[in-house]
Amino acid sequence: MSSLGLQIMLVGALVGISSSFLGSFLVLRKNSMLSDAISHSILLGIILTYLVIKQTTGPLFIIGAALSGVVTVYLTEFITSTKRVKNDAAIGLVFPALFSIAVILINVYARDVHIDIDAVLFGEIGFIWLDTTAFLGLELPKSLISMSIITLINLAFISIFYKELKLSTFDEALAKALGFKPILLFYSLLTLTSVTAVTAFDAVGAILLVSFMIVPPAAAYLLTDKLWRMMAYGSLISLGSSVTGYYLALYWDVSIAGMMAVMTGIFLILAFLLSPHYGLIAQEIIRRNQRFANEERALLVHLFNHETSHHQNEENIVTALQEHLMWNGERSRNVLMRSLNENLIERDGEVLNLTLKGRAIALEIMQPWQKHFLNETNLNSK
Amino acid sequence: MPDLFTLLTDFTIRNVTLGAMLLGVSSGVLGSFAVLRKQSLLGDMLSHAALPGICLGFIIVGSRQLLPLLVGALISGTAAALFMLLLINRSRLKTDAAIGSALSFFFAIGIVLLTYIQSNPNANQAGLTSFLFGQAASIVPTDLWILGSISLVALSIVLLFWKEFKVVTFDIQFAATLGFPTAFLEIVLTSMVALAVVMGLQFVGVILMAAMIIAPAVAARQWTERLELMVFLAALFGALSGMVGAIISALARGLATGPVIVLCASFIVLISLLFAPNRGLLWASLETQRQHNALRSRQVLGNLYKLSLEHKNPAYRVEESMMNVYYGFNTRGIFGRLEARGFIKQSSHMPEEGRHWELTNQGMSEAKAFLSSLGQAELADV
Repeated sequence: MSSLGLQIMLVGALVGISSSFLGSFLVLRKNSMLSDAISHSILLGIILTYLVIKQTTGPLFIIGAALSGVVTVYLTEFITSTKRVKNDAAIGLVFPALFSIAVILINVYARDVHIDIDAVLFGEIGFIWLDTTAFLGLELPKSLISMSIITLINLAFISIFYKELKLSTFDEALAKALGFKPILLFYSLLTLTSVTAVTAFDAVGAILLVSFMIVPPAAAYLLTDKLWRMMAYGSLISLGSSVTGYYLALYWDVSIAGMMAVMTGIFLILAFLLSPHYGLIAQEIIRRNQRFANEERALLVHLFNHETSHHQNEENIVTALQEHLMWNGERSRNVLMRSLNENLIERDGEVLNLTLKGRAIALEIMQPWQKHFLNETNLNSK
Repeated sequence: MPDLFTLLTDFTIRNVTLGAMLLGVSSGVLGSFAVLRKQSLLGDMLSHAALPGICLGFIIVGSRQLLPLLVGALISGTAAALFMLLLINRSRLKTDAAIGSALSFFFAIGIVLLTYIQSNPNANQAGLTSFLFGQAASIVPTDLWILGSISLVALSIVLLFWKEFKVVTFDIQFAATLGFPTAFLEIVLTSMVALAVVMGLQFVGVILMAAMIIAPAVAARQWTERLELMVFLAALFGALSGMVGAIISALARGLATGPVIVLCASFIVLISLLFAPNRGLLWASLETQRQHNALRSRQVLGNLYKLSLEHKNPAYRVEESMMNVYYGFNTRGIFGRLEARGFIKQSSHMPEEGRHWELTNQGMSEAKAFLSSLGQAELADV
């Protein structure tokens, strides 16, 4: 493994990790699409700031460019607050307008603005080594250093305000009542989102950023109910996507940032299918088990209702199940097999009888007070 | 710079303008339903998700013909919509995260495919990236026929199912009780948004297409409460922004058509939000101001009356500066308006200086009417 490849994967992972911290809150607050809006409209901030200060690096540039992300959020919230436009429509109005202005500015100042439209879209994570600087005696890509710094900043923000963020995410009204400032926290979160977007811009481009910010937390959300675990899993998924995406991109000779973004989607699909509790397969198994249990209980109740009547020989036979419970042959055979296996019923020629275990279950369903009564008599007899 | 007449007779520009207007009409009409159904960002998702389809269409056909690319876009848009619906219905992810995930996953696949095409030398690949931002100038008459037919089909479907679409849009449960096939109608409405998106790809590109779905509809919504008129206005606004955008970008050579069209549409939204009668923010704030003034005037009038009552003098003179101190703001305007309506008259109170006011008979009865309407009849009866 070349150290160049290692650096690229590190940058990709750091983009994902730093964005996942913030993205977790966006996903939980149902504001995912704000990251889409921010990542589009920072293009305007980048160009305007560049036209003013004539450089594309440094803290001043990052703050100036990030401002446009905050402005986007503010405009969206403002338009929504007039109650003339729904929130989602407001998002869809603001960012295309700002993005359009940015593209027109690129057209107008084509000679001054050396921003490659391709780089805006794909990012240039494969070329990070072109722009290096000495750090602790090592020659490292600038984006690696800036992404490390932004990851630390985001981590610090989340750690310091963990309790406040958690409360305002899950119960904003309570947070407000307790004197926290949920709106201020919300804007701080989105300011950091903008700063992260600007910093990651060189590496992964504007539009792919959503893949790094929303998709890993969304996948993590399918795996856990704990907030800190969601962020941890999100970071692991980012790391995994970065590594696998890098090698696949090399293998197929395609965009590295694009392939990393695709991999976050693949991890989401995997989580969606395989998550131990919320996954599609797990849910399907749970549903099937519930159906099985219901069928068995229906059978037991049916047998229980007729076991002392003189219809027993007509009702409690295999063929009656098809007519009275409307089960087709295969279904009644399966139910019988399972019930026999679990020792709930036993066969006596054609007639089906409840076992003690089966009768106890049926009794509990049909006469739940009996259990209570039995318990009480037991107590009394002691 | 060529004048407008030569511009409009120019073959390419006429094509572009016509095409942009066609697009505006269809996206306005279809967007109206999307916006009213709170699916504004669906257009954003569908347009981003069109990219892999365009690339696949290109890879299969091997050249940049419009129809195969549009079919590809439609297919991948549909796939993304299904992916999104699956996430919404079968996972715990909310709509915003599902849209964001589907959008970024498909767009990332698109970017990967795009770089895959670029890494394989192919003479015909030029202009494929134009689908990102649109390249209206590349339009040829055959394209116009394709776009025209698609619009015609879409608009006929809307006319044909007008009643059904209307009910599904505003009250889907009611539609279901009426026996309408709601799921089918929803699918038709969603696929028509996809159709509008696909039409717009060549003009405004995948990134900005969301605005063409949302902006004309949101603008039209401000002017009317009726669906018929809203859809008509949305078509009009769409066509207008298409036409003006195409002409402006032709006049100022070098400006990308898509962003200019989007900015025109955004401008119409701004105008509508501010100036539309009833809903317009300007009218709303004027109305608030008017009510505020009316209330203040009545308060001042009531107080003048109470003061004259206290002093047992119907012609009691109140000093304006005293009222300024009492209310904590300048009452000049209020006294002026009351005077203009004949409720008070200016008078002097020598040797005191400063402006003084006393009630006229008309003002007296107005004040009584106001106080008794507040339930202070005992004051008014005196």
